[in-house]
Amino acid sequence: MVKPKRFYGKGIPGVNLEQLKGQLIVVEGADGSGRSTQINLLRDWLERRGFPTVNVGLKRSMLVSRELEQAMRGNILGTRTLSLFYATDFADQLENVIIPALRSGFIVLADRYIYTLMSRAIVRGAEPAWIREVYNIALVPDAVFYLAVSPRILGERNLRKHAVLDYWESGMDIHRSANMYASFIEYQRQIQKEFKAMQELYGFDTVDGNRSPRAIQNELQAKIDLILNGKTDHDDGESNESEPDNTERITRTTAAFAVRSERNQPHIRRKSSA
Amino acid sequence: MKKATRKGKKRQLLTATTFSLIHCTDFADRYERQILPLLNAGYIVLADRYIFTAFARDAVRGCDRTWIRKLYSYAMNPDVTFFFDVPLKTALGRILDGRTRVKYHEAGMDMGYSKDPYESFRIFQGKINLEYRRMVREYDFIKIDATEPPDVQQAKVREILDNKSICRDTAGMAAYIRCRQYSYG
Repeated sequence: MVKPKRFYGKGIPGVNLEQLKGQLIVVEGADGSGRSTQINLLRDWLERRGFPTVNVGLKRSMLVSRELEQAMRGNILGTRTLSLFYATDFADQLENVIIPALRSGFIVLADRYIYTLMSRAIVRGAEPAWIREVYNIALVPDAVFYLAVSPRILGERNLRKHAVLDYWESGMDIHRSANMYASFIEYQRQIQKEFKAMQELYGFDTVDGNRSPRAIQNELQAKIDLILNGKTDHDDGESNESEPDNTERITRTTAAFAVRSERNQPHIRRKSSA
Repeated sequence: MKKATRKGKKRQLLTATTFSLIHCTDFADRYERQILPLLNAGYIVLADRYIFTAFARDAVRGCDRTWIRKLYSYAMNPDVTFFFDVPLKTALGRILDGRTRVKYHEAGMDMGYSKDPYESFRIFQGKINLEYRRMVREYDFIKIDATEPPDVQQAKVREILDNKSICRDTAGMAAYIRCRQYSYG
């Protein structure tokens, strides 16, 4: 039995949850945690097996992503406004990308989700009860993998990649420090503290992100396999779902490849941190 | 914010939830950068519309009433709220007077009430009006009869403010803030 979808709260009005046949898989983590790498690997792995996927992430909505990015570059928004701006961006993607994709049976790979947004808001002074209420519109994902990496290693990876630390990821809007590195470490520690608190509340999977990408990917694939086969970690019995016919799967894979090669390279993401 | 709101409306990209959130974001900006600093500096802030417009409009659009109130819970409750009460028919007449067209979102055309924009407008505004009336008691609105001439209304408003000694503790500085929260959206 596929677990029925649900919202965290009252959710989006007018959505028939029973129609949502796909799977929502979330990969959370800071910049430098290896999120994008894992998601790319997952996408290739899933599509090779015939599962169509869709990618979503922060600051990608049709509605406000450009304006949000502009505003952040200008550093002119208050923290309440910024939180709500992100929430608008999220809601737009939820309604226009995630839900329709799930309805069509796609696997939605979410590069970050409400947990990053909530922790960022809380670290900036938002009331936890308030921000949780805002994100009551969100769907409960089928899986959440939080790639936990020590702040020091995050700093190293970010510096190795870009030779600079991102202003927002360093919490410079709240620390106002002359030492950006120290601000980065402190901010990431605060974020991780929030994640730990949310882990207890929302029960997501914390994955050791300090390992090699391949090791992490193997773990994610094993866990996602369980979900796709309709099992949970606690099930001992056989899969309740019949395996799709192998010939059908091969046809789907070929079709997926054909579409992909036509479409060229998907999703070259912008350099700015989402 | 204005750009995003306009873009959303133009391309009809907005749903009840995103409509609500985009306006809440816009309001938050106005609140954080204008209203709150003014209040902290000791000003009297006259707000032309406030969060109640959003409550009415978003509820009619389908948003959960509890959710929308919690969304705006960061905004402080006003010291006084005047509700300028006018019978629906009069209100409709005043809005449509001299106008040749009714805008899409203003008429609530996205709600599917009617193919005729004027009919849709009447139904939509009627529902919003109902929401406002519900809130009169919920939020202790002071009703001012808006069918009376303006100077009569003004006298009543001043009398009420005097009785509440609103203006006595401040340095007498006042600021007028127009919350860009149209009743139709």
